[in-house]
Amino acid sequence: MARLAQEFIARGADLELVGIRKEFPGFTAIENLDLHIPAGEFFALLGPSGCGKTTTLRLVAGLDEPTKGKILIGGKDVTATKPHQRPVNTVFQSYALFPHMSVLENVAFGLKQRKVEDPMTKASAALDLVELGHLAQRRPQQLSGGQQQRVALARALVNRPSLLLLDEPLGALDLKLRRQMQIELKAIQMEVGLTFLHVTHDQEEAMDMADTVAVMNKGRIEQMGSPEKLYDRPHTVFVSKFLGQSDLFVGEVVESNASSLSINVAGSKITVPKDRAEKHTGTIAVGVRPEKANFHESEPAPTSGVNLIGPGEIIDIRFTGVSNQYLIEIPGIGEITVFAQNVGKSPVTELGAKVWVSWKVEHSFGLADLPENSAAESLSEI
Amino acid sequence: MAFAAFGHGGGSASAAAPTKKSKVALFLLLPGLIYLGLFFMTPLISLIITSLEVPDGSGVMGSYAYGFAIENYAKVVTEFWPQISHSFGYALIATVGALFISYPLAYFIGVKARRFPLIQGLMLTLVIAPFFISFLLRTFAWKQIFSNESPAVHFLQQVGILGAHDYLVGTPFMVIFGLTYNFIPFMTLPLYSILERLDVRLLEASSDLYASPATTFRKVTLPLTAPGIISGTLLTFIPIAGDYVNASGDFLGGTKTAMIGNVVESRFLVLNDYPTASALSVLLMGVILLLVGFYAKRSGTEDLL
Ligand SMILES: Nc1ncnc2c1ncn2[C@@H]1O[C@H](COP(=O)(O)OP(=O)(O)OP(=O)(O)O)[C@@H](O)[C@H]1O
Ligand SMILES: [Mg+2]
Repeated sequence: MARLAQEFIARGADLELVGIRKEFPGFTAIENLDLHIPAGEFFALLGPSGCGKTTTLRLVAGLDEPTKGKILIGGKDVTATKPHQRPVNTVFQSYALFPHMSVLENVAFGLKQRKVEDPMTKASAALDLVELGHLAQRRPQQLSGGQQQRVALARALVNRPSLLLLDEPLGALDLKLRRQMQIELKAIQMEVGLTFLHVTHDQEEAMDMADTVAVMNKGRIEQMGSPEKLYDRPHTVFVSKFLGQSDLFVGEVVESNASSLSINVAGSKITVPKDRAEKHTGTIAVGVRPEKANFHESEPAPTSGVNLIGPGEIIDIRFTGVSNQYLIEIPGIGEITVFAQNVGKSPVTELGAKVWVSWKVEHSFGLADLPENSAAESLSEI
Repeated sequence: MAFAAFGHGGGSASAAAPTKKSKVALFLLLPGLIYLGLFFMTPLISLIITSLEVPDGSGVMGSYAYGFAIENYAKVVTEFWPQISHSFGYALIATVGALFISYPLAYFIGVKARRFPLIQGLMLTLVIAPFFISFLLRTFAWKQIFSNESPAVHFLQQVGILGAHDYLVGTPFMVIFGLTYNFIPFMTLPLYSILERLDVRLLEASSDLYASPATTFRKVTLPLTAPGIISGTLLTFIPIAGDYVNASGDFLGGTKTAMIGNVVESRFLVLNDYPTASALSVLLMGVILLLVGFYAKRSGTEDLL
């Protein structure tokens, strides 16, 4: 029975979800999910609490059955296959360590089931990897939350499955340990060429580790792509705010030429290149990342290729170490955020100063949808 | 529930002993200790004394004098060996039978029916429902159902499971059947109470780690529910070994199926042979204590399964 699992060992397999839908009694957790993860890729699934990330992993692991759709691992349709026959291991969000076994026995469990040679030695090595070698004989109940999480990680990793599902595997660790585990994880993934499907709340972790990031919202994937792409060119309001921060402006398209279009926001013209905009007509939202914007104490001369709004007033300044965050209130437009590197000669440091804000047109992005309270002509958010 | 308390005393080694000695706790224990001393230790000692008595020589039935007749014990073992072996043999078979019937039942109620509280409540009520009718009546009802002239027995004779002159009442099979039936709730309830708390996420983790459903049951479900199995088997085995209703000729048994309880009953109440009856009782208690002690010790450590 374990043969199917055996076949795939030592090689990453690709995962394909086709038209997946998952209904719970009275609740649709996943609407229509299509996803392809190439073999050997580190894929991060990012999304707010309750958006269906764990549900997706459970479907892939075979712990739940999809209401509709197909799941293919390594090209084989496994939709009807039992969990123990899938070449998949999971690091559970709830750890799910066996309380009646020692830590070492927990880690060796999968190896023993597959009749791998020398399970105890391999399990010990895996425990050393997560720095828990000295606690091998303890029971899981005798470990701290972070230690339990690392046991769960070792228990799944030691099997070298062709597809590893990680459900917030580092959530309980402190920053230093988390960084270290991230490096270990990435190293193992690269070394063996495994496919990782990694669920996380931590956008930095997702952007740092993953080859591809998918942002999930309310049971759908909103956008998917390389971390750089996703950050540089979000397609929806949700993505623009979930991944980093954005200043958004909503206005009617008033000008349009072959390469760019402009919207009118309270009398100011904001331009965005056409190939960076999802929608080209009507009322659209245009955004910019706060670190791409600058502000000026005197009104700069209008330059082509630069969006300029203002004047406004600095109403809040936050020092976050590497950068200063300025909150600027512009009459008729609203509050917008601007980050400035803290290089010792910050342009303005006083509250109440009158400033103009500008950014390059090529840094603008046009979104497919509008912010929910688009009654306000524009808004900026966290 | 009393069962749960029993379960922890008998099986699981995890009960943490309080480390602080408190006079208040001792004081609170006092009523219980006095009760135990008065109503448990006194009859026990009296029973042991009686078991060593000798006939007083007057020839009057039922009059005995104090003595130290250890040979009473040797006598009962040789004389009543068949009944002793019936007691423990039937108890063993009925306990195992009850376990095999109760475990799936308790698993269904405690795990599978978790999402349907209504079904869960209904099934639990059905398990306990027999308690609302006297167990003498219920046992007697079985005697009616399988009486020699009953349709059930006729049917079994017709299809050849029973010979033309074979009957059910009075056979070991019927006694074991009655014992199993009567004690199933005592097995099911402790099993249910532990299965109801079983974390199914651990079963999912096991299947995720390549264990087939059978292996998952053996390696995860069974060890995690062992405390329920231990308290359930103790709660059935002990009373069954001492039972005298099912095996009695008035109910499902006959002359060939007598258990220790039946001998004790007839010696005490019919023949007034108090020393023999007492010696048998003490013997029964001693053997059960030994068996249970050994079992609990084995199962307290994890190498039971
Ligand atoms: N068995 C179930 N029955 C009904 N609804 C469920 C069930 N399991 C999950 N849900 C619902 O499905 C949605 C998605 O749940 P899921 O566990 O996938 O969220 P998640 O994205 O993993 O969240 P988190 O980041 O908090 O772990 C939630 O709204 C949840 O309430
Ligand atoms: Mg989750």
